Amino acid sequence: MKTDNKKNSIFVRRVRAGCRHIARDWQLWLMALIPLIYLIIFNYGPMYGLQIAFRDYSPRAGITGSEWVGFKWFEKFLTNVQFKDVFMNTLILSLYNLAVGFPLPIIFALALNALRQKRLQKVTQTVSYIPHFISTTVMVSIILMVLSPINGIYGNLYRLFGGTGFPEDFRALSGSFRHIYVWSDVWKHLGWDSIIYVAALSSVPPELHEAAKIDGASRFKRILHVDLPTILPTIAILFILRCGSMIAVGFEKAYLLQSTVNLSTSEVISTYVFKNGMNSFKNFSYGSAVGLFNSIVNLILLLTANRTTKKLTDGDVSLL
Amino acid sequence: MRAYKNKKRKNNSDDIFNAVLVVIAVLWLIIVLYPLIYIVSCSFSSGNAVSTGQVLLWPVDPSLEGYKVVFSHKAIWQAYGNTFFYTVFGSLISLTVTMLMAYPLSRRSFSGRRILMTLCVITMFFGGGLIPTYVLISQLGLTNTRTIILILGALNMSNMIVMRTYFMNSIPEDLMEAAKLDGISDFGYFLKIVLPLSKPVLAVILLYCIVAQWNAYFVPLIYLNDRELYPLQLVLREILAATQIDASQISDQDILAGIASQVDVMKYALVVVATVPMMILYPFVQKFFKKGIMIGSLKG
Repeated sequence: MKTDNKKNSIFVRRVRAGCRHIARDWQLWLMALIPLIYLIIFNYGPMYGLQIAFRDYSPRAGITGSEWVGFKWFEKFLTNVQFKDVFMNTLILSLYNLAVGFPLPIIFALALNALRQKRLQKVTQTVSYIPHFISTTVMVSIILMVLSPINGIYGNLYRLFGGTGFPEDFRALSGSFRHIYVWSDVWKHLGWDSIIYVAALSSVPPELHEAAKIDGASRFKRILHVDLPTILPTIAILFILRCGSMIAVGFEKAYLLQSTVNLSTSEVISTYVFKNGMNSFKNFSYGSAVGLFNSIVNLILLLTANRTTKKLTDGDVSLL
Repeated sequence: MRAYKNKKRKNNSDDIFNAVLVVIAVLWLIIVLYPLIYIVSCSFSSGNAVSTGQVLLWPVDPSLEGYKVVFSHKAIWQAYGNTFFYTVFGSLISLTVTMLMAYPLSRRSFSGRRILMTLCVITMFFGGGLIPTYVLISQLGLTNTRTIILILGALNMSNMIVMRTYFMNSIPEDLMEAAKLDGISDFGYFLKIVLPLSKPVLAVILLYCIVAQWNAYFVPLIYLNDRELYPLQLVLREILAATQIDASQISDQDILAGIASQVDVMKYALVVVATVPMMILYPFVQKFFKKGIMIGSLKG
């Protein structure tokens, strides 16, 4: 009885303290109120709606009125003939993109940082940001224009270097989709993605370089032993983040680059969800289930990357 | 003697290394700039020169044919207006929501800091996905409205975190203490002291929001049916993917007459017209760039 009372009073005191804090911070709470409501509706609302992945959703019955069907839609996706292709396409495209698109901005930042011609360094940096401001729609049409065998740069260069007539048009081939996707991404994002490393490199203490110079280290060696270790934590964090969004291959670019001819390599999970869930078939439950499957794979990759990095750095670098 | 030799050799290898870096930098400059110059040059060439692939670097047979077609196209004008509207109001809404969340979270003594931050971070790694969001929006009756284009995605978590880090790193806590002694409220402090001190990060985040809205394709594609509400990117895609120009959209009869030969050149002009506003914007914000991003994205 007595202990009960005591527990009670601790609880009451906590609540009172909480209320006092809220009363003290009421203006801050009020500020956060609009974004908080927004967050609850537009971010947590859809999470609540995810239950339709386990139901047979019909708009008339509504979310909670539709019947539970368990893992029916997941089974349907996993046993679908297209599953293997779509999943592998997504995985290969992401891995390829990661292998190329992740290290290149680091190398770019290190190289520019070591450049002696400061003017050239600045100009290259500024120019390399430009493609980031181009929309995906425009980007895709630029790719198609530039690679045109008839009147694109590709065709012109072919003829300039002695070719006659028109070279083979590889834009629509299924074998070239991945290369076009990944390397045009490099063109668009290399400069922009390197900004954060450039920022991190500006925190390298000059004394370290001086000391290494006196020891006779070449510029290249100083990149490896001075610059790189300084930005390693930044690299690790960005790597974890990138792994978390690995399977989330951007819908826009894949969708816009798609043609009926290259579908065997260009159909990825996000475009598959769009087509099956919304566009033609409008099977909301099935689309939600495929989307959820995608998110869970993402989450697992993120957590694995995070744990691995944590272990490798003895707990120094970790996101969560 | 030997030491001298060593030093010389090292300098030599450093010079070679630097030469390699110069080559890399110049090569990248060319790779980025050449396609862009080529597109612009094509847009200023004659329809004939473009279709037959005569343009290499500079405009051939300079003309404004492409731009004439673009500017006499009704759907493009309307879409341009829509995009302008979405960009101006959408980015302002987005900036406001972002800072209203970022500021309270930047205050170390704020009692809701932990729980709100957790709620925010969760959404960075997990979400409902496309279809549950669509179902929600249609239940709210917001599909096919201008409102949804303005507000969907207004609270971008990575922008919010950059802004919060900036507030935490660049505005000294002592300032708060001093202001509190003068009896200033949290609102007053935020409006009169924090915001004026945070111009770089506000400029950069505003730029991010503007670029995102201007270039948005996915959200309007999913949520808009009504052609009158279409932003530029949707119309752009339709025209660029088509092999001929929709004659009913062209008001000027003279232009209509020669339209067949101008399909290609018009596409180049359209690409330029759709991209130039963002390019103009960039230099204005660039001076804030380093400061805003670097302080906002690096811890400590």
